[in-house]
Parts: sequence; C-alpha cells; structure tokens
Amino acid sequence: MPAPVIVARDLVKRYGEFAAVDGISFEVAPGESFGLLGPNGAGKSTTMRMVGAVSTRTAGELSILGLDPDAFGPEIRSQLGVVPQSDNLDTELRVRENLLVYGRYFGLPAKVVAKRADELLAFAQLEEKGKAKVDALSGGMKRRLTIARALINDPSVLLLDEPTTGLDPQARHILWDRLFRLKEQGTTLLLTTHYMDEAEQLCDRLVVVDKGAIMAEGTPAELIRRYSSREVLEVRFGSDRNVGVAERLSGIGERTEVLPDRILIYSDNGEAELERITDAGLHPITSLVRRSSLEDVFLRLTGRSLIE
Amino acid sequence: MSATAPAGRGPKGRLETGPTDVASAGTARALAAARMPRRWGAWYVALHRFRVMKSYTGTVVVAGIGNPLIYLYALGVGLATIVDANVGDRAVGGVSYLVFVAPALLASAAITVSSEEFTYPIMLGYKWNPTFTGMSASPLRPTQIVDGVVISVSIRMLVNLVLFFLLIVVFGAAPSPAAFLMIFAGLLGGLAFGAVLMAYTSTLEEDTGQLAMVMRFIVLPMTLFSGTFFPLSIFPVWLQWIGWISPLWHSTELARVFSYGYGEPIWLTIVHVAYLLALTVVGWVWARRIAIRRLGR
Repeated sequence: MPAPVIVARDLVKRYGEFAAVDGISFEVAPGESFGLLGPNGAGKSTTMRMVGAVSTRTAGELSILGLDPDAFGPEIRSQLGVVPQSDNLDTELRVRENLLVYGRYFGLPAKVVAKRADELLAFAQLEEKGKAKVDALSGGMKRRLTIARALINDPSVLLLDEPTTGLDPQARHILWDRLFRLKEQGTTLLLTTHYMDEAEQLCDRLVVVDKGAIMAEGTPAELIRRYSSREVLEVRFGSDRNVGVAERLSGIGERTEVLPDRILIYSDNGEAELERITDAGLHPITSLVRRSSLEDVFLRLTGRSLIE
Repeated sequence: MSATAPAGRGPKGRLETGPTDVASAGTARALAAARMPRRWGAWYVALHRFRVMKSYTGTVVVAGIGNPLIYLYALGVGLATIVDANVGDRAVGGVSYLVFVAPALLASAAITVSSEEFTYPIMLGYKWNPTFTGMSASPLRPTQIVDGVVISVSIRMLVNLVLFFLLIVVFGAAPSPAAFLMIFAGLLGGLAFGAVLMAYTSTLEEDTGQLAMVMRFIVLPMTLFSGTFFPLSIFPVWLQWIGWISPLWHSTELARVFSYGYGEPIWLTIVHVAYLLALTVVGWVWARRIAIRRLGR
C-alpha cells in the first residue's frame, strides 16, 4: 500500500460552539478516487477547505503530500486543483483570460500557461468559447471552465466540492467523463457529493459523513453489501395508507423502511417479496424492484434520506 | 531533477518502488513549486487586476485627462478670475488662486481613485464575485492578495497623478522646480485614505448602503473641508479638526509645499508625511489581518 497523499486524523473544525467537523479520520492513497458522501451541512465542504490548506483546523492532525497545511499552505496548494462548490471565476475577464491569470498564481511562465490554457479549453470542450464572457456560459460550461482552471498547474490532487450540483443530466455526464479521464491518468481525486449515482460512478472508496462525523467507510459495493440488501422493492399504497399497510407487511423482506410517499422492502429477491405482498391481498398502486444503492446505505445509517 | 522524477533507481542503483519515495517526490515537488508564488504572489495578483482594469482603460484615460481639464479650467481659471479680482492675485498664500487650488485638485483626484478602487472591487472580490476565494485556493496567501490590490491601485493612481501633473504644468500652475513631487504627495494621500477604506470594506459581510454612505458623508465633506478650495484657517478652530484628521488636507498641504514652496514650518511638513504613512500602514496591516481571518475561515 503506497504512502497516502492525504492523512486526516481526528480532524475538528469548530465555529464558536458549533463543530462543523467533529473528529474525522481518513486516508487517501495516490491515484485513488475518494468520496465524502453526505447531506448538506454534514461538514463535507469544511473538510475540503481544510484539506485544501485554506481553512485552518481547530484540532487533529492533517497532512497533505506529507506536509502540514498550517506551515506549508502555499506548498500544498501548489500541487492541488480546487473546484469549489460555487464557481468563483472572474466575470470581469473572458473565458481564456481566467485560465491565464490563474496559471500565473502558480508562478508558471506566461508561455507555459498560454499553451496549457489552450489544451485545457480543448479538454473542457470550450475551444470556441475562449473569447466569450464568463456570464455568457451555461452552468455546465462554467463548471467545466472551473475544472479546466483547477488543472492549469497540472495538480497531483484534485479537490471537487459538489462538482455536478445544479447541472442537467447531460452536463453531468460530460463532466463525469472528463473526471473519469483524469482518474485514468492517475490524478488523485477527493470529491464531495450528495448524489449517490455520482459517488458510485466516480469513487473507489468513500466515507459516509453526517453531522460532522464519519458513519461508515468502504467501497460503494462493500457499503451496499454491509448496510443493505441486494435488491429493494419499492411499493406505494398512497400517502395516507403507507403507514397502515406497513404494519401488515411484517415478516416480508429482511427489513422495511416507511417513507412518507413509499415503503422500501429490502430483500435479495424483490420479485418474490412482491408476490408475497399480492398473495396477502395487498395491491400497491405502483411497485418497482431495483438494485440497492448508496441512498439505501445512507437511509440505513442515519434514518434520513440524503436530499431533504 | 530527481525531485520531480517518478520513483526509479535510488542512489545505490537499487530499484526503489517504495511508497515513501512517491510521497517524498510529491513533497519535494510542492516545496519547489511554491518558491515563485511565495516571492511574487502579490505581483501576480496585481497582473490580474491590471487585466481587469484594461477593460476600462478608456474610462481611466478619458477621466484622467478630462477631469483635471474641467476642474483646472472651472476653478483655476473661471473661479480664479473672481477670486483674484476681489482679493488680489497673491492673496491666497501668496500665490494666484489657480496655483493655490491646483495641488488640492490633484490630491482630491487621488482620493477619488482610491475611493473607487478600494471599495466596490474589494466587495466584489470577497463576496459578489468571490475571486479572492478563488485566489486563496491557489498558492497565494491572503496577505499577498491584499498587497497585490494595493500595488495595482497605486500604479493606476500614479498614472492618473502624472496626467494631472502634466496638465497643471500646461496651465502654468506649478512654479517650483520641486513641483513634480506633488505626485507623491497625492499618491501618499490616496493610499492613506484607501488603505483604511479597504480595511473597512473588508469587514463588510454585506453592503447595505455603507459604501454609499462613505461616499456621501466622508468623501464629499472631506473634499470640502480639507483646505481644498480655501485655506483651513478660514474655519473657526472648532471645525478645523476635520482638516487635521483628513488625509486629504495633509496631502493637499504637502503638495502645496512642493508646488510653490508654501511657507509652513518644517515640523508640519514632517507631520503630514508621518500621518499619511501611519494611516497607510495601519490600514494596510488591518486589511491584511482581515484577509487572513476572512479567507481562512
């Protein structure tokens, strides 16, 4: 096992009395794609800003590339690419200019930056937009430009905070594709998300974070195996009947979760459970058998769904 | 360089695929890569700001020439005709009204630049279009962001002041050979006021009209009560304190000393310089501290 690029041990960030991050520990290996999964306000972004050597920690140990961010902020940041949750491109500059000025921050010669800027515009599929105003770009394009900007220093670690939040499905897939290519090239990725499908697509390993603490850790498949069943049967009886019906479902499936709009039945064979339900004389308005996802893991761990 | 090379053969020719090698290569790369930004970061920020300013170069140049022309003509020529006709052409500090008012107009021009550049662009950088947040994720340190803004605004201000000075010369209103030094008096005044203003603006989480209030209730009265259009001594003593605390008064008086050898005791000249320097340092240091706190949250 290679020496980790990021080591966090009992990491704490307090704002007054409130602990945004309350003792988080994890390690990220070189080339690994590591995810922090959790709802809004779980402390993911704060963790990212500490790993990004921007926000100072209140307590705990933190090392990035073997360096302590308290003493080596500029050194660490020189090796990171950061995609923040909300774009902070300079809207007073043109698209390509945003890359040019940002590249200079790393002390790179203007010529090198200009060359990389053109390559990255191509990578981000924005060649045609170099001279456009930032505000004229769509949300997905802005995100891609932010990612291009984060890559201007050829970083060894890329930090992505909610990279696809607010994007339409097509824009998300384009972005995932770009991120996947980076992963293939050996870039270490640390990303936060509250999207399950994103975590499943991009993360080799992840931690589930809630209220500033880690609830579980593993690969997506491991987590699903450990905290959920192979399949999930979703049945709807109408919002006023779900609770009443759920009582009559005891004994069906390994476990049930009653949500306001539907009942989830965890089982290794969803179809068989559905049959048992209809045999019992219950007829759901709709039913659906699907594979278990990280959403189910989160629900199991916290009793809440991720997107509230 | 071995630091940037991938893990390979070690010093003894032994194959090193060891994990620490990868990690220490990353560490070495980081240590090397931060050298330039650590030294030149503030300048990189200034380059960024210049690029932004480029989009309004036209405004800077037109205003930089147009404003002095208008003011020098309206006050130094127009108003001066009445003043000089009524009190004599040597009545205000021993010189004509044009010579008297020109250094003050130059000093206020610097204040105008600093009240533009140290307010909304700061608010923009922290909040409205948080480019400072973006910068702080790069190797730049928060203090360098502040320094870079100060450097870029100083240079912009210098351009304005040089243009203004040249027009004063054209108007024949700079008698002393040391008159060009009024450029630095103006710069110092602009920086003294601007640094404090920048620090204040940096503390604002939200602009709910504070900046407009600053313009209306600080910048405007300061221009009127700083010995700009008439000597401070015309006021009763209980109003003169406005001048004493006003960076504009100090830089105006300093500019007059250079422009026409305005006879004031040497200690007072020293006070002008010392006061303006002190404000600059206090404002600058304060702004840096806020930047560290605000960007490092």
